[in-house]
Amino acid sequence: MEELLRYDRVTIAYNGAPVVHDVSFSLREGEILGVVGESGSGKSTLLKAAMGLLGPGGVVTRGDIWFKGRNLPDLPEEELRRLSGAELAMIFQDAGASFCPIRTVGAQLFEAVSAHEDISETDFREQAAALLQKLRFEDAERILESYPFELSGGMMQRVGIAAAMLLNPAVLLADEPTSALDVSVQKQAVEEMLLIRELCHTSIVIVTHNIGVVRAMADRVVVMKDGRIVESGDTRDVLEHPAQEYTKKLMAAVPKLRLRRGA
Amino acid sequence: MTTPILQAQSLKKIFTRDGQSDFLAVDGVSFDISAGECVGLIGESGSGKSTVANMIARLLDSTEGRILLDGEDVTDAEARKIFRTVQMIFQSPQESFDPRRTLGDGIGESLLNVGQSRAEVREEVGRLLEAVGLSPGFAERYPHEVSGGQCQRAAIARAIAIEPKLLICDEATSALDVTVQAEIVALLLRLMRERGMACLFICHDIALAQDFCDRLLVMHKGKIVEEGTPDEIIQSPKQAYTKMLIESVL
Repeated sequence: MEELLRYDRVTIAYNGAPVVHDVSFSLREGEILGVVGESGSGKSTLLKAAMGLLGPGGVVTRGDIWFKGRNLPDLPEEELRRLSGAELAMIFQDAGASFCPIRTVGAQLFEAVSAHEDISETDFREQAAALLQKLRFEDAERILESYPFELSGGMMQRVGIAAAMLLNPAVLLADEPTSALDVSVQKQAVEEMLLIRELCHTSIVIVTHNIGVVRAMADRVVVMKDGRIVESGDTRDVLEHPAQEYTKKLMAAVPKLRLRRGA
Repeated sequence: MTTPILQAQSLKKIFTRDGQSDFLAVDGVSFDISAGECVGLIGESGSGKSTVANMIARLLDSTEGRILLDGEDVTDAEARKIFRTVQMIFQSPQESFDPRRTLGDGIGESLLNVGQSRAEVREEVGRLLEAVGLSPGFAERYPHEVSGGQCQRAAIARAIAIEPKLLICDEATSALDVTVQAEIVALLLRLMRERGMACLFICHDIALAQDFCDRLLVMHKGKIVEEGTPDEIIQSPKQAYTKMLIESVL
């Protein structure tokens, strides 16, 4: 399988202090890769580095992040902007906050798509409604005509995930996309991402502190602690036979349903 | 039989907004909590859980129904009349402390209000911080100087300072990492056992509530739709809604 995205010995520092140390992993075509660890482990920093979103003081000091033959940290801003969203998309913990409160969801998505494609609003509406229906949203038209505050937080997050797919990017980077959600909505968001992989063949990196989410959707997992990879491999292997105490601790932290034996 | 610490009787809350139809957020909710008992109130966002909690803590007036604390009717009491009996912990610890005052000031405030001297309060704040696993030096820090988990520990110290009989935790661990969540849950369990506090534990995750609670109330669209021990409910849920909550656990 072809590697779409490859982190090669990446070190990232903020104001000279390294926060990610010598991290290497790759994302294969059609794969879902989970990056798991607690707050401060550097997992979100890895995604931001690929998108050029490290912010002031943040810099990739060593190593490369390869995407389709290009080293992302070396790309001029203009070129990275053309790539962002169209080929490499990112979603955040609070998708609702990325929307402008005084314009309809549909108008904002049209603007985002127009930045990359020459498309009429009528054609866009049709495409967007078709995508939402494909991702099993009820009443796609109503969603596009709504203002963000008219939709629940969970619905906004699901719409945010779907919106990232409008330009059909090859890779979706998802930074804690389910952490602010109810467990019932969390499950819907996980199912939506699995459906995206199935229908659009998108490769996904999902960053989360919840190893339960990794278990539910990732093919492979990278466990991070204090800016370093402590363990990685096929999700099933790692979760069934964790080699590191830290991985066991992460697994024990997820509340599980206990059923009495024989029930 | 002894009087329950809390009796909620047919609580109802209607929110009215100008020009819009009334919204029935809580629709006839009744339950008791005995001394030292931990009761979980579970359901999804918008089911009315927090509205129930806010009415009990007297942060919100009920439209109908009665609230009894230790047998005394407090339905119309002011919040400051009941703070010795009921304390509450919220989802965002950073937002529940005054950003311009130290954590120590926030934790000691209720003790000053009941007439303890500044010296006594300072010493007691140190003991409370240690009880929640923080060093006494945290009293000098401001909310923005500590992590979310540390701030929630401080919020717990503040809530138990006055030795309430009932602690209401409103999604107290939902904004935390799962690893920090596990630590905070263990801390709450220990404090409840040591101090004999009762607890109303509000959360959307039935798996978390299972480990924590003696009894669960499942809330949906303003009503309690199912009630029982965690084992009973998880083993044989009667409502489709409860089954959905159970199936949502990853």
